[in-house]
Amino acid sequence: MKTICIICPIGCELTVKEENGEIKVSGNLCPRGEEYGKTEYLNPKRVLITVIPCKNGELPVVSVKSSEPIDKELIPKVMKFLSEIVVDAAVDVGDVVIENLLGMGINIIATRKNYNIMLEEVQHIDI
Amino acid sequence: MNYDVVVVGGGPAGMASALKSDELGYKTLLVEVSDRLGGILPQCIHPGFGLHYFKEELTGGEFADRFIRKIEKENVEILLSSYLEDLTVGNEKILKLITPNGIKKIFTKSVIFATGARERHRHEIGILGDRVAGIYTAGEAQALMDLYGVLPGEKILIVGSGDVGLIMARRFALEGCEVVGVVEIMPYPGGLMRNVVQCLYDFDIPLLLQHKAISVKGRKRVERALVKNLKSGEEKWIDCDTLVIAAGLLPNIDIMRRIGVDIDERTKGVAVDEFFQTTSPGIFAAGNCVIINDLVDYAVEQGETAAIGASKYIEGTLPKNIRKLRIGQNVRYFAPQRVLGNEPFLIYGRVSKPMRNVKIKIGDVVVHSYPVARPSEMFRFKVKINIEDEDVVEAEEG
Repeated sequence: MKTICIICPIGCELTVKEENGEIKVSGNLCPRGEEYGKTEYLNPKRVLITVIPCKNGELPVVSVKSSEPIDKELIPKVMKFLSEIVVDAAVDVGDVVIENLLGMGINIIATRKNYNIMLEEVQHIDI
Repeated sequence: MNYDVVVVGGGPAGMASALKSDELGYKTLLVEVSDRLGGILPQCIHPGFGLHYFKEELTGGEFADRFIRKIEKENVEILLSSYLEDLTVGNEKILKLITPNGIKKIFTKSVIFATGARERHRHEIGILGDRVAGIYTAGEAQALMDLYGVLPGEKILIVGSGDVGLIMARRFALEGCEVVGVVEIMPYPGGLMRNVVQCLYDFDIPLLLQHKAISVKGRKRVERALVKNLKSGEEKWIDCDTLVIAAGLLPNIDIMRRIGVDIDERTKGVAVDEFFQTTSPGIFAAGNCVIINDLVDYAVEQGETAAIGASKYIEGTLPKNIRKLRIGQNVRYFAPQRVLGNEPFLIYGRVSKPMRNVKIKIGDVVVHSYPVARPSEMFRFKVKINIEDEDVVEAEEG
């Protein structure tokens, strides 16, 4: 596998190979690159970010993120699951929108405030 | 109404300026043209914000939320849905604002512009052809998807590999769109390496370096785009229903241009000193209207610096020994462009090409060095040497 290390701005071009059950990283200038290459090869994870429809929200969607990085290969499955979810406004930053996502022990958390238009007027401050 | 400081623009730089002015004890008004604070942050739903300022990784919305919560608690007066129509400068500055309650005249001792930037559109990068539906700037597509939950298209070609373009490529791919490619005119990507890896490599999206989008064809909607390989000269049509233009940002400086402050033709923003004061006394500027920043943390830092500058201006303690900095080899642009005092100050800029073992020099002194520098990653460091008039800022390799 070929990738570029993103730990620091140098951006070493890494080659990761498996030889006799051992993972070998080359192209890295420092030990952090080796660690990054191994993780990317064995168990790459990403924080998932997307938007979810929000009923009665000032905006029709609320942005969310996963509380922990998710296995990269599971992301399509999670996206499919999330595509059927609708939440009710109001939502505040940090609210847990989905608890224990698909039994993974990870929460989906709101990252944007969304007022409920049926419950409160958006305040305009005037001088 | 009379104020000490009026901040124009409620994005990160503006909120930071207003909060700092308030903290320093000045009567502060924040004017924002849209109906909410935060600028472009609320539509930036990806993480990567705040690593410098809050020492933790936040999404754009979370970053904005921290400032909005704080500013709503403090004494800063906030005027939303209000537009700065005209500015008269002098000892006292007069702002003419168009507000939901009519035209208002505001008197203030100083003004801080934090008006951000706008995106370049297809005609600014020479994409000819049909005027059809399905052509968006990256920020428009981002607002459509991530504020309003509307997918802009299904088969998308992205023009420009700046960070917004890369991040949108990932968003489209994640939402099930087909991203047919990212076209970049330069031989290297425009965005941060981490975005190239996590946005393009993760989804096997082709990056077409040294390619230029030339033309669009379609009847009512985009049907295909003509892309030219600048190395071989070969041209080919790529089928797509949507063209997303991510070709960089231009500072919003219309009002400042009208009052006659110096504009830096390289940053395309207003020229400032180390207090982020423009060449018009008492008129300050911060964030993307000065220099296009990679990180919101820098825009916030500049906003706070401008507020400290405005405070010194009001107290009459701004130093006055003006020395200009000149641009030298391998530097694309930098700010501040002039220096008033002798205290250490932060300089922000970009090199003009990817380089290794880079030494940044001011005058004859090496002020900073980097193992690697790329145009896509801003340099930012504290300058601790004394500046002479006409000192040159340059980058040297090796």
